[in-house]
Amino acid sequence: MQAGIVSYGAYVPRYRITPEEIGRVWGSDGAAMGQSLNVHRKSVPSPDEDTITISTESLRTALVRGAIDPQQIGAIYVGSESHPYAVKPTATVVAQAVGATPNLTAADFEFACKAGTAAIQTCLGLVGADMIRYGVAIGTDTSQGAPGDALEYSASAGGAAFVIGRDRVICRVLRTLSYTTDTPDFWRREGQKYPSHGGRFTGEPAYFRHVTECARGIMEASGTTPKDYRHVVFHQPNGKFPQRAGKILGFSDEQMRYGLVTPFIGNTYSGAALIGLANVLDHAGPGERILMVGYGSGAGSDAFDLETTEEIRSYDRSFGRPVEWYLEHGIELSYAVYAKFRGKIHMGGE
Amino acid sequence: MSIARFWRETPRRYNLGGSKCTNCSTVYFPPRAVCPECTHHRQSIEKMVPFQLSGDGEVLSFTVVHDPAQGFEMQVPYVVALVETVEGPILTGQVVDVDPPEVRIGLQVHATFRKLREEGKAGVIHYGYKFAPTEEPSGPSPPRGSPAPIPAEPPSAQPRAPA
Repeated sequence: MQAGIVSYGAYVPRYRITPEEIGRVWGSDGAAMGQSLNVHRKSVPSPDEDTITISTESLRTALVRGAIDPQQIGAIYVGSESHPYAVKPTATVVAQAVGATPNLTAADFEFACKAGTAAIQTCLGLVGADMIRYGVAIGTDTSQGAPGDALEYSASAGGAAFVIGRDRVICRVLRTLSYTTDTPDFWRREGQKYPSHGGRFTGEPAYFRHVTECARGIMEASGTTPKDYRHVVFHQPNGKFPQRAGKILGFSDEQMRYGLVTPFIGNTYSGAALIGLANVLDHAGPGERILMVGYGSGAGSDAFDLETTEEIRSYDRSFGRPVEWYLEHGIELSYAVYAKFRGKIHMGGE
Repeated sequence: MSIARFWRETPRRYNLGGSKCTNCSTVYFPPRAVCPECTHHRQSIEKMVPFQLSGDGEVLSFTVVHDPAQGFEMQVPYVVALVETVEGPILTGQVVDVDPPEVRIGLQVHATFRKLREEGKAGVIHYGYKFAPTEEPSGPSPPRGSPAPIPAEPPSAQPRAPA
């Protein structure tokens, strides 16, 4: 049987901050900024949360939902641009914390915001080649924008884990296709705390070119048009870019209804498209076709042509929280507490 | 804390790995090699098996910390509680994702995986269990699952916390 998604789980930290509150501190019109980005709130991790803890929480949910024995996992790949260690893999801690060690391979992936989708492709290859029974692909970030930078209005925290296998597949992967170029739209140099970006250059030659070309490429290869898909999920650095990409390609707002989560939790970077897909799967019945197109700066896109199966009817989603819960809940913080939580306050002696 | 000491405790801190006496079904956390509940301790020899707690429990007692331990300055005020797990053992742990006034005796909690402390900016980061409310004050949440399968047989004797 074809490799596909066997189980999934998502996790978003509890705290939120609004663009109005960020703008209040920097003397900007935060409401207008939020409106133009289509980001109404963004998630903020607690001081004791990072990419390792978020990845672990989302994978634990996925394993319980799918009743998967962690010892049957042959590979764990964690995609992120905010790994807590520069050297020591996030995946090793996650593997230990879910009881998957020691007989598995594990590694960290980095490709700006698309490291999680790259991890899914790797797992599909390993499972498809019958080298492992289950592969785990996780996309998580706790990324930050520099204080006062436009990124600060959207950079948030969250993640999702997908278990790839061949038994009891709830969502088949019909095809995957990538589009990669050298495009320096967004980067972070070694040792730098905050990323840099090319402003408007992140739009047309970067996000829109890669996402639309990759989407057109996979639809051409599959012989499909936007009408063939019930749902579409794009990488969502803000709420506006994916809406415009959808419009360019000919998708309706209804097709994007569940896949667009950034307006409520912000840009979770490597987690963004995957949390959108998790929300789609939370609502999907059998036989629903889904197009997902991730994007990572630097730059590249990974597209997936997906279709849910009859197995999704009996898939037990009652464990853990649905994505919608995270979209609707959250405790709002003042900028001062947000700055404390995110380590933006100089404590002296450092 | 030395790297080796924390590393040795990883199974407990990450996965709530305890032990269970298959003679009287008492569950222990941290794990014990001999069961003090059995009338003759020798009855439990070679009958103690690894047992993973589900992480579900309720607050037995708690305190709100305003004068933090080193490394917890960013989380003040925070809650430390005695949590009675459904399997019996009573664990001490921080309760997170809750405002201190909302914590009460009997609050249903589940184990969550969090950063415990860092050895400075360049040192090792320690992870382990903390607890979070099963229900958010702003609305109920769906039931949580155990992080991994646990033996189906429930403890028949009234378990007690390890000494």
